[in-house]
Amino acid sequence: MEKVVVGMSGGVDSSVAAYLLQKQGYEVIGITMQIWQDEDVCSMEENGGCCGLSAVEDARRVASVLDIPYYVMNFKQEFRDNVIDYFVGEYLQARTPNPCIACNRYVKWEALLKRSLDIGASYIATGHYASIDKLPNGRFSIKKSVTQAKDQTYALYNLTQHQLSHTLMPVGAFEKDKIRELAKELKLPVANKPDSQEICFVPDNDYAGFIANYLEEKRQKRSDVSTDGDKQFQGMLPGNYVNTAGEIIGKHRGLIHYTVGQRKGLGIAMGQPAFVVELRPESNEVVIGGANEVFSDRLIANRLNFMAIEDLDGEMVVDAKIRYSHKGARATIKRTGPDEILCIFEEPQRAITPGQAVVFYDGDYVVGGGTIIK
Amino acid sequence: MDKKIYLDNAATTKTRPEVVEAMLPYFTDLYGNPSSVYEFATQNKKAVDEARETIAKAMGAEISEIYFTGSGTEADNWALKATADAYAAKGNHIITSKIEHHAILHTCEYLQKHGVEVTYIDVDENGILKLDELEKAIRPTTILISVMFANNEIGTIQPIKEIGAIAKKHNVLFHTDAVQAFGQLEINVDDFGIDMMSASAHKLNGPKGIGFLYIRKGIKIRSLIHGGAQERQRRAGTENVPGIVGFGKAVEIALETMEERTKKEIMLRNLLMKRVLEEIPFVRVNGDKVRRLPNNANFSFQFIEGESLLIMLDMKNICGSSGSACTSGSLDPSHVLLAIGLPHEVAHGSLRLTVSEDITEEDINYTVDRVKEIVEKLRQMSPLYEDFMKKR
Repeated sequence: MEKVVVGMSGGVDSSVAAYLLQKQGYEVIGITMQIWQDEDVCSMEENGGCCGLSAVEDARRVASVLDIPYYVMNFKQEFRDNVIDYFVGEYLQARTPNPCIACNRYVKWEALLKRSLDIGASYIATGHYASIDKLPNGRFSIKKSVTQAKDQTYALYNLTQHQLSHTLMPVGAFEKDKIRELAKELKLPVANKPDSQEICFVPDNDYAGFIANYLEEKRQKRSDVSTDGDKQFQGMLPGNYVNTAGEIIGKHRGLIHYTVGQRKGLGIAMGQPAFVVELRPESNEVVIGGANEVFSDRLIANRLNFMAIEDLDGEMVVDAKIRYSHKGARATIKRTGPDEILCIFEEPQRAITPGQAVVFYDGDYVVGGGTIIK
Repeated sequence: MDKKIYLDNAATTKTRPEVVEAMLPYFTDLYGNPSSVYEFATQNKKAVDEARETIAKAMGAEISEIYFTGSGTEADNWALKATADAYAAKGNHIITSKIEHHAILHTCEYLQKHGVEVTYIDVDENGILKLDELEKAIRPTTILISVMFANNEIGTIQPIKEIGAIAKKHNVLFHTDAVQAFGQLEINVDDFGIDMMSASAHKLNGPKGIGFLYIRKGIKIRSLIHGGAQERQRRAGTENVPGIVGFGKAVEIALETMEERTKKEIMLRNLLMKRVLEEIPFVRVNGDKVRRLPNNANFSFQFIEGESLLIMLDMKNICGSSGSACTSGSLDPSHVLLAIGLPHEVAHGSLRLTVSEDITEEDINYTVDRVKEIVEKLRQMSPLYEDFMKKR
């Protein structure tokens, strides 16, 4: 019997995923990944415990109902190195990161898959609404789910062929309603948590406060890091707002507080709606412009990963998605460097944001994607 | 092999059948509340007193110096918090070690947030407290030294007598967390200069949910739990009569069998360590070779994740542990292994196996064979190991 490790969160989707695989005849092992937890016990008490623990308890109950072995694995170090450090680093360089993508690639897949293979499993499985197909060209790609409203492929574009070939997504073949129904029928004790839009490790969505705390903690632990004048902390220093003509029009609070397309919380009056058009780390400036100045018809991306194709020859017409909530827009992509791509949209798109991922689709399949640099 | 091989006796132990038998009547027939006036309840009061006497005698204490608690952790919390409170007029400084159980360390962190100053003394590479540092750390405001009798992870036994003497010389109270040691080692509170001591029944084949704090007569103590006159008005809450009776019985048996049991555990433990050291490369034993709990073995295997090793041992029906169990069951690098100087990556590949008298030589041999196979397999899949072997 082939072994499969199911990453269990205690929620409906991963719980039913475990059940479906069990029905398909796999030997299923449940694992909850412990990735982030406040290390300060006293502050944990003040916040009434940590989110991770309730997930563990929920998942453990589900595993016990399904009668499968269940373990908690510690990935705090991997999460800190690959997700938190990246998240903070990107903001400090005036980019707007997507930590879920880094978490998927390096923690949920790389680290979990490695340890699952270690303990004798052939696959890892998740409760994602997507499916993995082997295409006629021999490549693995991710296909959008039948539950279109809940498409989760955007955050998965960065998975490698090796990772995809060892991954199962059993709920992708079903509608969300059917999965809920199954959970109810099986009397699985699952938590019916709403899907969170917030970043899991940032309380109250206050990422600027989070970054400040994180850097302060780091500074206290390592005496060789200083906050004053150090380049890596520049994103926190106040600087000038400028308009698109280059004139200084006010003072900003530090680049980490801003993202391209932002309108709220700028604290300046221009006589018309004002938006962040660009962040300039080299001069510590925030460029402000009108609504029409937030639109652009092109972007450049690097850190590329291809899925449905091995590499990009010449040009290709795709649907390109520039953020999780973006519907996707028709565009042409072509290579401009060994790890660089130019993407030109048929229609200008609003708020193309450096640091976010751009993901390319051919129909329902993920072609590949990269990180927007400008 | 379908049989479970339980090698995690530092986490908890099997309750002895004799202990269960002694407890049973106090659930079914003799269920009265010891605080009540009628004859039916006084039998329970008597049973509690008898258990208290057995325990007091086992450590050379007076009956009135034993206070039952809900756990060893509660006893640790009580000792620290109550001393900080009752001796606030004398000072606000507590000294402890870097390798204490979290019941002590987290309580210290809590107290630090409430104005108490805490000094954490280093240990040497075998986990033995640095006595010179301890003595130097004492200030006029020091009110308490709390050092564990024996470590739960690496089994190292502390120089308790010397610590007791230092405490006495400087007129500082001395508390020891003896949760791992009580029932395994001979303890006499007067000989060792112990003023307060925590212990727990389930570590010595007694039931879970019952512990005690020994408090030497004359020491000022404040209650941690309020709401009744139980335990000489120091620890409120209806007595856990079956638990207390079971604790008494477990101590009685632990003392009777200590010599023989310890001999067997040492033999099994030594066989385990010898085979692992001889047959598996790149492994080290953590903790002191001599001053060590009889049932404890703690290894670090280079190039592997202890977590994967534990899961794979579980698949072979072998129960082990890596560091101390945390609430969620997932593992951080142990603060004890880091304190004895292990680098993070070595601390991650650690395995603690703690034997009991129920274990056989055959069990040990089966376990070593499996550990050997699993470590080999994990190393074959480890990029770190591959790099290391290439460089050789």
